[in-house]
Order: sequence, then structure tokens, then C-alpha cells
Amino acid sequence: MSITLPLPPAPLLEVEDLKVSFGNHQKRVVDGISFVVRRGECLALVGESGCGKSVTARTLVGLAGYGARVEARRLQLTGEDVLKFDDRVWQRVRGNRVGFVMQDALGSLDPLRTVGREVGEPLELHTPLSRSERQSRVHSLLESVGISDPVLRALQHPHQLSGGLRQRALIASAIACGPELLIADEPTTSLDASIQAQVLELLESLRTDQNAMLIISHDLAVVARLAHRVAVMHNGKIVEQGPTASILEAPQHSYTKSLLLAAATVHSVSVSSPKGDAPRASEPARVVLRAENLTKSFATPDGKKIEAVAGVSLELKAGETLGIVGESGSGKSTLLRMALGLEAPDSGHIELHGRVWAQLPAAQQRVERRRIQAVFQDPLASFDPRYTVENVVGQALDVRGVRTARARRERLLELLHLVKLDASHLSRRPIELSGGQRQRVAIARALAMDPEILACDEPVSALDVSVQARILELLEDLKHRLRISCLFISHDLGIIRRVSDRVLVMHDGLIVESATPDEIFVNPQHPYTVKLINAIPRLHHEKRTAHRASIHAESAVAHV
Amino acid sequence: MNDVSTLEVESAQGPPLTPKRTVRDLLDSPRVAELLRFARQRPGLVAGAAYLALLAIASLFPTLLTRVDPLEASARDAFYGPSAEHLLGTDENGRDLLARLVHGASASLLMGIGATIIGLTLGVTLGLGAGLGPKWVNAAIMRFIDVLLAFPDILLALVIITFWGDGLLNAIIAVGIGSVPRYARLVCAQALVIRKASYVEAARTLGLHPLALVGKHVLPNALKPVILLATIGIGGKISAGAALSFLGFGAPPPAPEWGAMLANGRNYLGNAWWLTAFPGLALMLTVLSLTAVGRELRRRSEGKTA
Repeated sequence: MSITLPLPPAPLLEVEDLKVSFGNHQKRVVDGISFVVRRGECLALVGESGCGKSVTARTLVGLAGYGARVEARRLQLTGEDVLKFDDRVWQRVRGNRVGFVMQDALGSLDPLRTVGREVGEPLELHTPLSRSERQSRVHSLLESVGISDPVLRALQHPHQLSGGLRQRALIASAIACGPELLIADEPTTSLDASIQAQVLELLESLRTDQNAMLIISHDLAVVARLAHRVAVMHNGKIVEQGPTASILEAPQHSYTKSLLLAAATVHSVSVSSPKGDAPRASEPARVVLRAENLTKSFATPDGKKIEAVAGVSLELKAGETLGIVGESGSGKSTLLRMALGLEAPDSGHIELHGRVWAQLPAAQQRVERRRIQAVFQDPLASFDPRYTVENVVGQALDVRGVRTARARRERLLELLHLVKLDASHLSRRPIELSGGQRQRVAIARALAMDPEILACDEPVSALDVSVQARILELLEDLKHRLRISCLFISHDLGIIRRVSDRVLVMHDGLIVESATPDEIFVNPQHPYTVKLINAIPRLHHEKRTAHRASIHAESAVAHV
Repeated sequence: MNDVSTLEVESAQGPPLTPKRTVRDLLDSPRVAELLRFARQRPGLVAGAAYLALLAIASLFPTLLTRVDPLEASARDAFYGPSAEHLLGTDENGRDLLARLVHGASASLLMGIGATIIGLTLGVTLGLGAGLGPKWVNAAIMRFIDVLLAFPDILLALVIITFWGDGLLNAIIAVGIGSVPRYARLVCAQALVIRKASYVEAARTLGLHPLALVGKHVLPNALKPVILLATIGIGGKISAGAALSFLGFGAPPPAPEWGAMLANGRNYLGNAWWLTAFPGLALMLTVLSLTAVGRELRRRSEGKTA
């Protein structure tokens, strides 16, 4: 390992046997982890949500939280004992020597302050720069993180910026004082794939010989390019750590292998058909949903009109999965909402089952809604907060007209079984369930209506990559078993490729390309499609995907 | 839990004839043990609930708590401080303060709860109409609410009493209407958010009737913060009723009523502190207890236990 360097650079951050627990709980959230970050190096901490990686990051900046008990044999930042830092010392360290980038850029930027003030704040606190010096420094910082027109952007408020720009602004404020250590907690998770790639590129460009980076993510593929070394965390422990290449090529621990498998299946880029079944062209499929020349525009608060969907036509055949891919703002969600009848198109019409939605009387519309059911991005928000799982799925059964207690109970269990949950989940509230389980409940509710079409709006993009893989497997399994057609929306072309029979690429309210998934990958026509393909996170080498086929057999049965 | 139970047992051992075993049995029964554990974990909540229970008894069966007539005046007994004979002292007419507080509970509670129910019913109806109806309905209702808001509550109540005449019932209606704007605004804001919530849309895609959407999702969820505000507001209504009594528009003078007692005691603040202190304390404890219990109700409605 250290053949090239006779003397490894001094460690910037040393963590030995770090333990963190909360309140009176005996269970340690972080259970004795050790790692070292050296200057000029990027270490990635990878694991599922709940494994303790975020708590670790927050502990390192002295923000472990109320009631946290932190113990460590050694916890040193450039040789100083971090455990001895009091609040005043931390105030000098945070934002100055250690920069912290959080996942939720909108939540961590003050909505009332301009971006310029936000980025200038650490400078104001930690440097003797004058007001005008600070201002020019802010502009150069914004420019260095790739924000064009920094003078204008500095005067804007966070809500006026796109997600990618916000994340860049947040990074700018984290690096304002030239920190030795930059900690980034899921810096790209809430971003579109192409923006994600840009932000990763930016982070890569910020690392020099003098500083170090600790990046935290649930997705090995995302950090694979950036990190020199990877530490895999599971249940509060580091189960494996080593150079990125060896972790990717020869993972030792079974958990690392499962993470790799998940990343590979979700971001599948190989050309061989991932579904592996024969084309279904044999039977002349009936069209279940047809949209013709749909348009929809919204008025912005300042009176401007934004055309979200600008003339889209599509057909969904029985048993087919139609993938719609595009970045946020491309109009794909509006399109889906119109298909669901939640939004009325400005012009054009939607035919469901051969009948035009808008021409049906209201009562008939409500009956017809059964045919097309939705699975949303954030399942928790789609459940009434007062409801238990039984209430959520039961409500659908009530609408469907399942009345007797016995039939109801039987159907409930059957549905839960379909999505691989069991009776013990019935009395739970969705808030007590994991992200994957919540999405399973949402799917069960949709299935309760015996739908012909399942409309999925980014159903896995809020989930950990390992959970994503299992939910996608479940959806595919259900589609085949119940012969449901599917409208599937995602910003991730890798996911779309995995699930779709046909792909529509959407850009600025228009469909710019329509083809089979293989055609899209082998021979993309539109430059925007090429951009989306390049944005798919990959595990270092293409050959990993070939590897995938061999380990596919081990593919775990869903037990989220 | 151990130390509590032993403590209780020891104190219960006092009277020699009490058989020790029954107390033990009682304490060991799982129900009681659970109650004790709960009381130790949430003393505020249990104390609040106990105080409210006491108030309920005082309102319904005041004679259970005191045998003294609250209206019996005797000039010789005027201005006695708290003593064994008059636990909370006497007022300027020599009437027993404790008896007056106990008998006044029903009028005060009726004031608080009645006015809240009136305000809540009207406020929720207007708020839902404004939040869910078309734009012009919203504009019409909310401008009306703004006009109501422009008047101070007490002035609004006075106007209503001027129209309908005085008396406890009219005072309740007046105070209730005075609180409508606050509830209406809150419900309207909630309804505006909830009508766009993802779970309402999910229910719509199931094919629920619009009225069912309102009844099953919008109303219950919009009510959550409103109920909390209302429980806290009961105390405010009691004191608003007190202000009306003070001005001579509430319960007529000899009748015991906390607000009137408070207002009356103010005149003797210099030499008889108990005349204001105890009604004030009773009022404060009521508000605190209602808040504690109200919060717990809300927690439970959100599905959090313990």
C-alpha cells in the first residue's frame, strides 16, 4: 500500500474506538469505530441509513446532539484532542478549520438571508477581512464552486436558486475559510443524477495536498470516483475499510458485497438485457392509456408563465412499462399528475381505457380512478399521519367495496404478503417503519384497488441504494405476476433502464427521444440523453457490471 | 417504581387496623402498579388531570366539597385571612372564599367551555369554507374575519351584549364569537396546506368523494393544532368572562364567579391578598391543567405513546 510513499503524511484526523450513544439507551449508535484521514486524501464512509455514519460526522464537528455520550480512546484533529474542546473552541474550529456540508441544502441555508451573506458569514467570524474584501472573496468563492454570475447570485435568496446551485453555495460557505478538513454528509443525495455528477466533480476539484475530505453516502457508486479509501459502516461498526479499488474489486465482508450488488443493480449500465425475458411483442397489446398533445402551464408568483408540459403524446400498452426520464423541472411529474387526473391539462386529452377522462361525469371519474393508481416519491407524506398501516390499506379496500370484516382481513393479509410484509405490520404507524417498508405499504395500497396501471413517481429516489434494489425487484415481480402496466418516472436513467420496456426522454416539457432502453444506451440520439447517460454513477470499471451477472444468483430476497 | 410502592405502603401502614396485606395486594395489582409508574413519569399530567376531575366535581356536586353556603354574608366575619375555620379566608361581606370558589367553578367552566365550543364551531366552519372553497368564497370569508379581528375582543363582546342584553348565556355567546377569527384563520391556513398534501391526493386517486376527503382527512388533521389552541384558550375565555362580569355584564353580583371575585378582590389588594390570590390561583391551575391534558391529547392523536 505504502510503496510509493516512504513517509505517509501526518494524519489530519485520527479516530480510535469512537463510541456514541444517546440518552439512557445501552445501544451504541456508533460502536467503537477507528479510522484515520490524512492530508491530501478523501475517505468515504458508506452504509445504509441508520448505520451511524451521520452521527459520526456530526460528532467530528462537535454537533453530536442533545444527550449524546461520546467516548473515544483517541479523537484528534491535527494532534489536538477533540474531546477536550469546549463550545468556545468549537466555535473557532467549525467553519474555519473544519467545513461541514449537509445533505439538505435548502434546510441548512437561512431562507431570509442572501446567498452572499451566508457564504460570507464564516469569513466574518474567522477572518479579519473588511466588508469589501469579504465581498470580493465571496464572489471568487462562488465562482470557484462553479456558480456563474456570482455577483447576481450573491444577492439572491436560497429559494431563488436551483437544488444544484444551493448545494454549490453551501459548499462555498463550507470552504470559505480554507478548512483543512471538509466533511460532506450525503452531499448529492437529494440531487438529480446529472447535477450530482457535477457536484461530485466540484468536490473532487477542491481537494488539494493540504486538505482532506470525509464524504458520507449510502451509495458506493456515488463515492467510488471521489474517494481514495472507503470505510463501510454497518450497525455502528466499520466492517471493512481499505483503498477504493480493492473494496470495489475484492470486497471481503458480505455486507460490502451486498452494497456493491445493490449499487450495480440499481445503476445498471450493461447492454445485456437486465430483465432477461423475451420481448412481449407476440400479442397485439391493447392501449390502456393514451395521451394526446397535452399541455399544461403554471403561473409563477411574478406573473410569468411556465410551460411545464408543452405538447406531449404517449401510449401505454397493456402489460408494458413505460419509463419517463428527465431532470426535475422537465415536466415529467406534471405529466404523471395529469394522467392520474389530479391536474387538468390546458389542452389535449387523456384517454383511460378508451374513454376520455375529462368527458366523464364526476361520479364516473371517481369510479374510473381505480384503474390507475399512484406510488409517490415520499410514501410517508402520502399517508394520513393519523393512520396505521391497516387504516391506510383498509381505506382503499373500503373504496373498492370490501365490506365484511373477514373479507377485509383476508384481503389485507394477502396484499401485505404480496409486498412481503406480514400481519405484524398492520397495527404499526408508517412513521415507525423504515423507508423501504413504507414504500411497500404504498404499493399495497395501490394494489388494493386492482389497478390496471401503476403510476410510479420516483418511487425509489428517496431510498438507500440497497433498499432501492429490493423495491425495484418487488415492482418487477408484481408487474409480471399481476400483469399491470406501469408508468415509471425517474431522473436516473440507470433505474429507468432497469425497469422499462420503452423509454421516453423528457426535456423542458417535451419528449426529445423515444426508444427501447438498449437503443437509448447504445445509440442515444439527443445530446440531452447523452448527458443523462454520462451522469449515471458507476463503480469504477465497466467490468463490475459483468461481474454482477455472476453474483446475481445470490441476489437477496426482499427483507427490508 | 420500587421506592414509590414502599413509600406508599409505609404511609398506609399508619392506622394499625388496616390489614397490611390488602394494601400490598392493591399495590401489586398490575393496574395500580402501572398507574403509579405513569404518575411518576408524568407527574404534571396526572396532577393536571386530578385537578380537572376536582373541578368537574365542584361544578356538578359542589356540596360534596363544602357545606358552607357561598352566599351567606356576615359583617362580623369580614376580611378574615386563611385559617382553620375559613381555609382560604373570607371576603368583604364575610362570605367563605373556599365555598365561593367551589360554587363558582360551574359558572366559570361553563363560560370557558361554552364560549370555546361556540367559537370553535363557527371558526372551524368558516375556516374550512375559506380554505376549501373557491377563491371568491375565501376572499369574502377572510375579509369578514379581518373586520372581526379589527375589533378588540372585549369591545366585540360588548357590542353583542348591547344588542342581545346581558346575562351569563349572552356573555358566553359574546366571548365565543370574539374568538371566532383566531380559529377561523388557523383552520383556513391548515386547510390550505392539507388540501394539497400528498395524502389527500393519494386518497383522491383512490376515488374518494370530495366530502369524504374533507371528513376523513382534511378536517381531522386541520383540527389538531386548533384543539390544542382551544384547550389553552378555555382559560382565556374564563378570564374574558371575568372581565365582562367585572363590567357588570356577566353573572349578576351576588352569584359566585371567579372572574367577578377576582375583579372584586382587586379593590382590597392592599389588605386582603387572599381575595385575589386564590381565585387567580384557581384560574391559573385550570389553564395549566387544561394545557397539560390538551397536550397529551394531541400527542396521543399523533400516535405517540409514553
